[in-house]
Amino acid sequence: MTVLVIAEHDHHTLAEVTRRAVTAATALDGDVHVLVLGQDCAPAAQQAAALSGVAKVLVCDAPLYAHPLAESMARAVLARAGEYTALVAAASSQGKDLMPRVAAGLDVSQVSDITAIEAPDTFQRPIYAGNVLARVVCEEAIKVLTVRPTAFAPAADGGQAEVVAIPAGEDPGLSRHVDATMTRSERPDLGSARVVVSGGRGVGDEGGFALLAEVADALHAALGASRAAVDAGYMPNDCQVGQTGKVVAPELYIAAGISGAIQHWAGMKDSRVIVAINRDEEAPLMQVADYALVADLNQALPALRDGLKALAEKGA
Amino acid sequence: MKVLVPVKRVVDYNVRVRPRPDGTGVDTAHAKMSMNPFDEIAMEEAMRLKEGGVVDEVVAVSIGSGDCQDTLRSALAFGADRALLLESDTTDFEPVVISRILAAVVAEEAPDLVIMGKQAIDDDCNQTAQMLAGRLGWGQGTFACRLEVQDGEARVTREVDGGTRTVALSLPAVVSTDLRLNEPRYLKLPNIMKAKKKPLDRRAVAELGVDLTARTRVVAVTAPPERGPGVRVASVEELLDRLKNEAQVI
Ligand SMILES: Cc1cc2nc3c(=O)[nH]c(=O)nc-3n(C[C@H](O)[C@H](O)[C@H](O)COP(=O)(O)OP(=O)(O)OC[C@H]3O[C@@H](n4cnc5c(N)ncnc54)[C@H](O)[C@@H]3O)c2cc1C
Ligand SMILES: Nc1ncnc2c1ncn2[C@@H]1O[C@H](COP(=O)(O)O)[C@@H](O)[C@H]1O
Repeated sequence: MTVLVIAEHDHHTLAEVTRRAVTAATALDGDVHVLVLGQDCAPAAQQAAALSGVAKVLVCDAPLYAHPLAESMARAVLARAGEYTALVAAASSQGKDLMPRVAAGLDVSQVSDITAIEAPDTFQRPIYAGNVLARVVCEEAIKVLTVRPTAFAPAADGGQAEVVAIPAGEDPGLSRHVDATMTRSERPDLGSARVVVSGGRGVGDEGGFALLAEVADALHAALGASRAAVDAGYMPNDCQVGQTGKVVAPELYIAAGISGAIQHWAGMKDSRVIVAINRDEEAPLMQVADYALVADLNQALPALRDGLKALAEKGA
Repeated sequence: MKVLVPVKRVVDYNVRVRPRPDGTGVDTAHAKMSMNPFDEIAMEEAMRLKEGGVVDEVVAVSIGSGDCQDTLRSALAFGADRALLLESDTTDFEPVVISRILAAVVAEEAPDLVIMGKQAIDDDCNQTAQMLAGRLGWGQGTFACRLEVQDGEARVTREVDGGTRTVALSLPAVVSTDLRLNEPRYLKLPNIMKAKKKPLDRRAVAELGVDLTARTRVVAVTAPPERGPGVRVASVEELLDRLKNEAQVI
């Protein structure tokens, strides 16, 4: 059994979600290869080759892969697919976009968003917004899998895989990159941060979110949001935590002014410690949080910020 | 121009489902059912294209039991011109099978654009649109938060990790919807009444002659592990103290 992991990167840096996908791939038994499609992507390929557990890195370096377009990438993956028994990617927006197209090219089913590997053909995945866990058996000759990054630890460095250049495929001519608008943030990445501080509709206005950001800063935390907060324009869309947004599982998750709809819970319930701050003690999240504080955010957030600063000073 | 909108009948998003005690499946017998919310967004977008004069015909299609007629009547109340039900006793086909069925429908209907949900909120697969596009050899604009159709091209702004990306797709193409693409309209009674008289064609899935088997199956379902009971804290001071000394996370 040889497994191919499709890497995600910005050409220079290998994405952390790929390190996590490699960990999942090593649980499938067999050699792990990594495919890096990019332009001037040698640094990303080198980082993949340095991951422990990786036997070989295939690099396809061409202008065609300057942007992650599923149509071109799927072709490149399909050209190699016959050599593998499983194709794996992170269940990130890129993996979700790409892998079903690959599966269709092979006419096989895909197992999405795997949270545990019980055997090389038996997986666990959440359905119904995580209300139910399904055990899925996949008997395809080539398995196409996406894995939930938060369910697997990142692969460590320490490998020395060979790096092999492979030729680019043809341009399918179906899609063209127009532009990209990426939000730049100095904060830790939401998907891998140790602490996440999230705000909901109850944080109220942008002033409230500025306060929330100060709390996040004091904790070196990533900022997250409920859908309501994103819809109201308080936070950018890629901060949405939930069933249909990002899934996070930090050591500490602080939810301020979030009621705790099942769609939000789905995205953060695997956090180790959950704190809910809400003025409504009946809010669903207040029933399931490890620590629930009934308070008005206008008082609680400044107090939390000041308390954290005081703790940091004491510790320093 | 013609748009095809696949709509799925799912357990309503407000319903909290539970696994059956014997683990054989999910108890949905008495659950409220609705159109998948992402498919409502797809219907809304198709209607806006029609109202904007870009599209002449909107066809809704659903695959499943006879009950999917309700879902299709909702699609007709949105304003779809006609609906197609591909009927089967099986209501939980794998996305790969749905994509085969939809590809057969596309071969007959020859739409210029397929707009569909990014994800069904029951299986949470997020596969079918990409599979359909791949199978047809069409471009795909997934997780759309903006769609413009002009000069034989679909311009799709996609929500991705870290921001948005805009792609231009030659038509025909498949677009999958994200939550912020639009706010679906409220269905008004006159439109619901009008929908009852619109054509709804029913056919057996088996008639299409596509392979209905999948080599992936759910063998058991369980409830996720419960979290232990939490505690109420009286003040920010107590919260900080417990986070530091009890949970040791700060
Ligand atoms: C298909 C679909 C997918 C969805 N996907 C997601 C998803 O991925 N993620 C997601 O988050 N949601 C998602 N939703 C939306 C979800 O159902 C909820 O509507 C949303 O999570 C509510 O956000 P909220 O908790 O911020 O707002 P509300 O439910 O309005 O809660 C606000 C809370 O703030 C409290 N509050 C208000 N003012 C104060 C104050 N001054 N001090 C203290 N507390 C205060 C209130 O008591 C209340 O509990 C989805 C919905 C659908 C239909
Ligand atoms: N049985 C079905 N009938 C019609 N459309 C479907 C069906 N199943 C899935 N779809 C479409 O595929 C999308 C994605 O579903 P999934 O890949 O299962 O998450 C849905 O939002 C629908 O648009």
